[in-house]
This record gives sequence, structure tokens and C-alpha cells, in this order.
Amino acid sequence: MSFRSWLPPLVLLAAIFGLWQVAASSGFMAEVLGLEPFLVPSPSEIADVLWRDRSLILENARPTLVEIVAGFGLALAAGLAVAVLFRSSDLVRRAGYPLVVASQTIPVIVIAPVLVVWFGYGIWPKLLVIALICFFPIAVNALDGLRSTDPEAVRMMRSLDASRSQVFRRVEVPTALPSVFTGARIAAAVAVIGAVFGEWAGSDEGLGHLILQDNAQLMTARMFASVFVLSAIAIALYAFIGLLERAVVRWR
Amino acid sequence: MPATVSARDLNHGYGSLEVLAGLNLDVGAGEIVALLGPSGCGKSTFLELVCGLASPSVGTVDVGGTESAAGRLAACAWMPQRDCLLPWYSALDNAALASRNQGASRAAARARAAERFEHFGLAGFEAAMPDELSGGMRQRVAFIRTLVSGKPVLLLDEPLAALDAITRAELQEWLAPVLAEAGATVLLVTHDVEEAGYLADRVVVLSPRPGRVLSTEAGARGTPGDRAEVVSSPGFNRLRERLLETLGSGAPR
Repeated sequence: MSFRSWLPPLVLLAAIFGLWQVAASSGFMAEVLGLEPFLVPSPSEIADVLWRDRSLILENARPTLVEIVAGFGLALAAGLAVAVLFRSSDLVRRAGYPLVVASQTIPVIVIAPVLVVWFGYGIWPKLLVIALICFFPIAVNALDGLRSTDPEAVRMMRSLDASRSQVFRRVEVPTALPSVFTGARIAAAVAVIGAVFGEWAGSDEGLGHLILQDNAQLMTARMFASVFVLSAIAIALYAFIGLLERAVVRWR
Repeated sequence: MPATVSARDLNHGYGSLEVLAGLNLDVGAGEIVALLGPSGCGKSTFLELVCGLASPSVGTVDVGGTESAAGRLAACAWMPQRDCLLPWYSALDNAALASRNQGASRAAARARAAERFEHFGLAGFEAAMPDELSGGMRQRVAFIRTLVSGKPVLLLDEPLAALDAITRAELQEWLAPVLAEAGATVLLVTHDVEEAGYLADRVVVLSPRPGRVLSTEAGARGTPGDRAEVVSSPGFNRLRERLLETLGSGAPR
């Protein structure tokens, strides 16, 4: 990506942090909120903590990153499988679609503790929470993509001796790919939320766990530092999927 | 080997819409027959019935001795009105699709399609993506895609309709020897009187919907001379007048 396309978001971000810095370090924000100044950290204080406690934050970022990548992968596999299944049978699609929508209405914050009760403190409840959140955008977008296939192109292929699987590989999958990537990018952005909820429900490591601990000790600067790292993970995953899309979907 | 096509008492409709009513047509092996008719007269529907993408409500279609939809699908190559080039494949990979579907390796299928690129005025555009090609070039890629299927029956649905008049005239002239070389039975749907008369052995005029055969005229296929000479000859002028008159007589009042 060029410097020109990076410039606007950087300028906006710098402006926001600049304002925040002035408002926080002058004590203005604490005064407005009626709080002690140490509860309202400025960006420079957060950066200080981020650097000072880097090994602790990094130590906790690693399990969270593993959860996010694995949970996202699980959702990708399940979402694509459901989309293909729904595309292959109209009856199955009509029967199953309400369930897919229902999956998105499950309040993750409620289901996460239940999953911890069922699966323990390990990685599985986190994976399932993340997968549950990521599944919907992936499945719905992939299905929409498959269903946007040009029926005339399919008939042209059938007339030129294409089998069902050849039509799928050569027409339907390429048609669906841009939508699949869109779903994956949305899922990447929300996966982080699932990881935090999953860790809050019960864990002894991870950035969500660290945030919970710091909250109890009113260490607001480090809480913000963890949030920034979480955001960075989401943005990196989002950007990676975008790069992958540009490499794969070259005809657009 | 070209095959015969025979339609008997075809009736077909969508819901309450009657598209074809009692259509009868026999096409000899290797013959080129143009179907001429007003928009919506069921010409395109007829092609889809012939090639096995649909089956008639009433009546039978026989292609090369088989009436089953699967048999008709196997015998016919259908070229839809839109070129339907797949945007994720290069011109050459699009042209090679039929061979690929039939089980040829990618290299073999591409080699087979590539042989035609020069003759079709597409040399140097093998790697071009469809959106980099002009309308006329896209149509020629679609022609190669259809021809390399090697099928005994070609069904062309207004193959030149999307093009401007000059390109269309050029491609008509170019198409005549291409179809002769293909050696297949050809059903050509068009609403262009000159295209039908110039390219076909026989021109079949269909009535407005529901479609049936109004008249059959001998076409000018194989007449010596270039296209401009052929379509301005006295004989062709009379053919054009008769075709236009039949088309006009069937028009709704």
C-alpha cells in the first residue's frame, strides 16, 4: 500500500491521540469525570506502561493470539461447510438458515461461562466462543457469494460437458471468493471480542485475563495498553486477509 | 460427425405463458439453419430445449437419434447470447474450458484452444483477461470455446447481437468459413435478416409468441463473392423482402 493511502488514517489517529494527550495530561478529563488523575491515563503514560510491562503483556498476548487464530479457523471451516451444504440443497438451506441466524443471537457473555463449566479452563471454551461469533458473517457471506453465481454461465458450462463438481470449482467458487473474503474480514474484526469474553468467563492467562486483573487493581493505563494490543491483533488479521484477497482475487 | 435435429409438435411454456405452440423443424446433418423471429418469440427457448438444458412440456426433440435430455446435452454445444466469459480465467483458459471439462489436462486443453487464436485474430491476446478484450474479441473467444467442444451440433443464440453494426458485418463474413470448417450442424438464432440470409442454408421464420414456423426460405450460404456483393445481389434483395414481409405479416396488430 502506498504512503498516500496510509496518510489519512495516520493523520486522524494522530489528531485523536493528540487531543487525548492534552485532555488527559492537563487533568481536564479527570476533572470533567470527577476522578483521580491516575485513573485517566494519557497516551504517553499508556505507551510507557506498554514498554515497561512489555514482557508481561507479550506473555499474555501469545495465548490470546493462538485462541483467535484457532477459533477463527474453526469458524472458517464450519462457515464454509455450511454455505456449501446450503447451496447444494434448497431444503437443507430453508431448514437450517434460521439456526444460522439464531447462532448470532446467542448472547456470548452468557454462553461463555456455561462453556467453561462444560469444557474447563483450557483453550476449548475460548475457541468455541470466538468461533460462535465469527461463524455468522463467514457463513452468510459465503452463501450469498455462492448464490450470486450467474445461472447462464452454469448452463453454458453444462452444455460444454461440465460435471457438477467442475461447475462448482470453475464457476461457483471463484464467484463466491470475494464475498468469502468480506465475511472473513468482518469475522477477523470481531474475533478479538470473543477472545476477551472467553477469557473473562474463566482463564488464568491471556490479555482478557490481564485486563480483568488490572481492572480489579485500578491499573487503567495497563488496561488500555492491553486493549491497544488486542486492537493491533485484530487490525493485523484484517490486513492479512485483505492482502490474501488481493493476491487471490486478481480479476477484480 | 454432424447430427440431425428434429423437433416434433413442440409446445412449451412458463406457467401460464405459452412460448412455443406446435413447432416442427427438421435440420439435416451439417446444415446451417437460421431461426428468424421477433423478440420473445421463443427462439432462445427452442435452443435450450434442443440442447437438453430444458425439456419440452409437449412434443419431442431428437438430436442425432437420441431424445433423452442427457443425450442432447452431450451432442450439443450451446453458445448463449451473452459471451459468459469467466472473468477469473484468461482468454485462453476461457477458450479451453470445454476441453478441460471433457478431461483434457490444462496444458493439452490450452494447446488445443491456442491453435485457433491466430486464425480468429486473437494472436497475442492469449493471456489477456476478459475485461481487457473488446466486445468482438470476447465473442470470438466464446466461439473458440464452443467450437473446441467438438460437438456435432452447435446452437448459437444471437452470437453477434451485442456488437455494433460494423463489427457485426465483419464477423458475419468471418463466421461463414469458420462454420464451414467446423463441419457441424448449426442452429443460428438471430433477429438480423441479413445475418440469417447470408450465413444459413435455410432461414426459418417464426411467428410472434407463441412461436411456430411461419415460412422457410433458402439462404445464400455458399454463394460466391464477399459479403457486400452477396447481400446486395438481386436474389438476396428478393430474399430479404420476402423475409421482412413474412416477419411483418406475423406481427401483432
